[in-house]
Amino acid sequence: MILDGKCPTGPIETRWERCKAELKLVNPANKRKYKVIVVGTGLAGASAAATLAELGYQVDAFCFQDSPRRAHSIAAQGGINAAKNYQNDGDSVWRLFYDTVKGGDFRARESNVHRLAECSRNIIDQCVAQGVPFAREYGGLLDNRSFGGAQVSRTFYARGQTGQQLLIGAYQALARMIGLRKVTMFPRTEMLDVVVVNGVARGIVVRDLISGKVSTHAADAVVLATGGYGNVFFLSTNAKGCNVTATWRAHKKGAFFANPCYTQIHPTCIPVSGDHQSKLTLMSESLRNDGRIWVPKTKGDARSPDQIPEDERDYYLERRYPSYGNLAPRDISSRSAKYACDEGRGVGPGGLGVYLDFADAIKRLGEATIRERYGNLFDMYERITGENPYQVPMRIYPAVHYTMGGLWVDYHLMSNLPGLFVLGEANFSDHGANRLGASALMQGLADGYFVIPYTIGHFFASTKQEKVTTDHPEFKKAEAEVTARMNRLLSINGKRTVDSFHKELGKLMWDKVGMARDRAGLQETLQKIPAIREEFWKNVFVPGSGEALNQALEKAGRVADFLEFAELLAADALHREESCGGHFRTEYQTEDGEAVRNDQEFCYVGAWEWKGDGKAAELHKEPLKYEFVHLATRSYK
Amino acid sequence: MSGHDHGHGHGHAPNPAPSHAPSHAMMRVNLHIWRQKDAHDDGRMVAYPNVECSPDMSFLEMLDVLNERLQEKGEEPIAFDSDCREGVCGMCSLTVNGTPHGPRKGTTVCQLHMRSFRDGEEIFIEPWRAKAFPVQKDLVVDRGAFDRIIAAGGFVSVRTGGCPDGNAIPVPKEEADQAMDAASCIGCGACVAACPNAAAMLFVGAKVSHLRHLPQGQAEQKRRAQAMVDTMDAEGFGNCSNYFECEAVCPKEIPVKVIAELNRDYLSASLTREERKADGGGGG
Repeated sequence: MILDGKCPTGPIETRWERCKAELKLVNPANKRKYKVIVVGTGLAGASAAATLAELGYQVDAFCFQDSPRRAHSIAAQGGINAAKNYQNDGDSVWRLFYDTVKGGDFRARESNVHRLAECSRNIIDQCVAQGVPFAREYGGLLDNRSFGGAQVSRTFYARGQTGQQLLIGAYQALARMIGLRKVTMFPRTEMLDVVVVNGVARGIVVRDLISGKVSTHAADAVVLATGGYGNVFFLSTNAKGCNVTATWRAHKKGAFFANPCYTQIHPTCIPVSGDHQSKLTLMSESLRNDGRIWVPKTKGDARSPDQIPEDERDYYLERRYPSYGNLAPRDISSRSAKYACDEGRGVGPGGLGVYLDFADAIKRLGEATIRERYGNLFDMYERITGENPYQVPMRIYPAVHYTMGGLWVDYHLMSNLPGLFVLGEANFSDHGANRLGASALMQGLADGYFVIPYTIGHFFASTKQEKVTTDHPEFKKAEAEVTARMNRLLSINGKRTVDSFHKELGKLMWDKVGMARDRAGLQETLQKIPAIREEFWKNVFVPGSGEALNQALEKAGRVADFLEFAELLAADALHREESCGGHFRTEYQTEDGEAVRNDQEFCYVGAWEWKGDGKAAELHKEPLKYEFVHLATRSYK
Repeated sequence: MSGHDHGHGHGHAPNPAPSHAPSHAMMRVNLHIWRQKDAHDDGRMVAYPNVECSPDMSFLEMLDVLNERLQEKGEEPIAFDSDCREGVCGMCSLTVNGTPHGPRKGTTVCQLHMRSFRDGEEIFIEPWRAKAFPVQKDLVVDRGAFDRIIAAGGFVSVRTGGCPDGNAIPVPKEEADQAMDAASCIGCGACVAACPNAAAMLFVGAKVSHLRHLPQGQAEQKRRAQAMVDTMDAEGFGNCSNYFECEAVCPKEIPVKVIAELNRDYLSASLTREERKADGGGGG
């Protein structure tokens, strides 16, 4: 099937305006007759729930954390892009659009990206009005900083806690609606399935994580804003609870999963310190402005870094990319670190690390300047590793950070399953094969504050639907399936813990489907995943009962879904015979190791349809057209 | 320092570094952990002696390892909350040796590492203790009261759309910085757990302070303080007696001056309360 994203045509800068002008409206008095379920309360979910409630819709919001304020958007550090041109440095909506399409390595939809750039300006106004304490200049106006992939200064920030402050802004807007009884909030409630009635998403099955009670909720539309799937690798910078369950369950009910192979690996994270490691911590990319990255020239050199003389060190980024040096883009920096470690030149425990050395910068600028610039990051590093980075070089290693793939949506952010809308990291739409820094926050809030409120009304106004309640047989059936699966997990009574399976899967995915992928490795992975999955269903041990708080059971359900989803990710990576953005196939590179894209054959969105257990997913393509930004090869030499 | 335990020199070492080798020797700790089946159970301390861990583990990773061992023996793991594990989501909530978030200042328990403890040390782990935060299982508590306090008034009443340009209202940098200091509260509840009265004044003060330092938040300044404090009282939090234990344990080091700011707004709101009632004003 050739998929149609239903993008408007004509001049790019008028597409969203014209689309909005043509959208059907719901009369203000009729809005309260519609109920919307919003799953997830990060930037996209909280902003959507608050805004839809303000418009008059009935909203039920769900999150698995104990409070909507804890969603993982909170951990974003750097900032949020907006084409405000407050710096008078030549920024514009067009330039943000252009940078994002190029940064996405020509695998995003032009129409969506342009709309994102347009909405970026309203986001800043909205957040300021909510009381988000953005950084300010002495004159009282908003401050900006620069970020990767752009030549203008357009990133707004709140110290190193931009995600936290934006999320608290959205959470407070949501809390206000909860206080006014316009939103019913269900914290510690996990969505375990979508209910489809007559081909339309009409509700969800959830489990109350405290009582263990499984129940169903009916609505006129379901909005998923449930984040990314980075934890399929076990170790990532994602929060422990991040999972693929909501989107994977929707996929199994008919929603297409697009571009799952596009995963972003961030180059500067604190390395793994042992088998006990539970997650990885990001260190802001800004450190690469003053730190120099190196490894010993000799394999297995175990001397401490201060004992390795200058001429026995390899500053490999400076050597290979003289014009960008230590500031080479994320994908290139990450891969280069992997190569150095694969050659046996990695440093630290396990040999999986490279040095990020500030000795030269401290000599040149003084320790006080470095402390002023990066003090909080140095403190965090010291807290985690117990090493003082003012005296010894930091050790860093790449880690999974963000996933560009997600459920396929059209321009209205509705999946191919009518009534199911997908926002934020959970959808695939705006970042192509690689996301630029400070763009995730922008997309989450654009989707929630400024896109869904318009497009969902059009869906209601243009679709005649019968009312359904949870008494409908489809609800009973979905609830029974969820309960049966849970009971099955509890009754296996095997010998291995859930985490042991998750770690086994994660290691396989990281080794073979991580920073660099090849045909043989992907084929091997596709052989191994079903075997791990089979063993999981035979030999996992899930203690306790389903009728109580049971964290092992929660994890077991999520890992069971990762064990299915991982196969699709690997299959997508195998099918995409090119290197682009966060997807690097070693067969498709230039002699000096640069990615080679194949626009002739792969300039499309790969959207997969679930065909049933044990059957291969079917690929549907949405061709990508570049009418405004012309296809070109990225170069950073 | 990294590298010192690799032992051999470079050159022909056939096995340069064992995979995932910890950088320090292992250590053992004797744990005493609060176990409670559910909200109705009485609960009790249970000893877990000789738990082996590495000094490089975070405190929660040490508990992860213990939980793996318990499950391997067919036992139920210890329930505890955590999510981001980078000190910003506010989900983790353990009282370690009587101190919420443990011994290291300005640090959530997820960022606390075992190197802060001695080999052989006795460690007591309990949930937050406060009437308004009932225990739900083991170390997991219900902090829904915090959400209800925010829903009562911890916001600026703006709707989406129609906001003036972000630069339309300049905010002096010093004010913006003070707002940000207070806004860095992660809502973990350590302040309540540390307070002998289980008061939530630091949490409420932080929100009131964040919004009162910005022009956008000043229109509702009094109403906000009043509504949040009324809800705080109704939720069963205690009163402030100036112990300042909250400030000492706050992982974001929010200063008690926010409580003074809250008191000022609350007092001022009380004086004009009747007037506002006559105007028909209400929260939200």
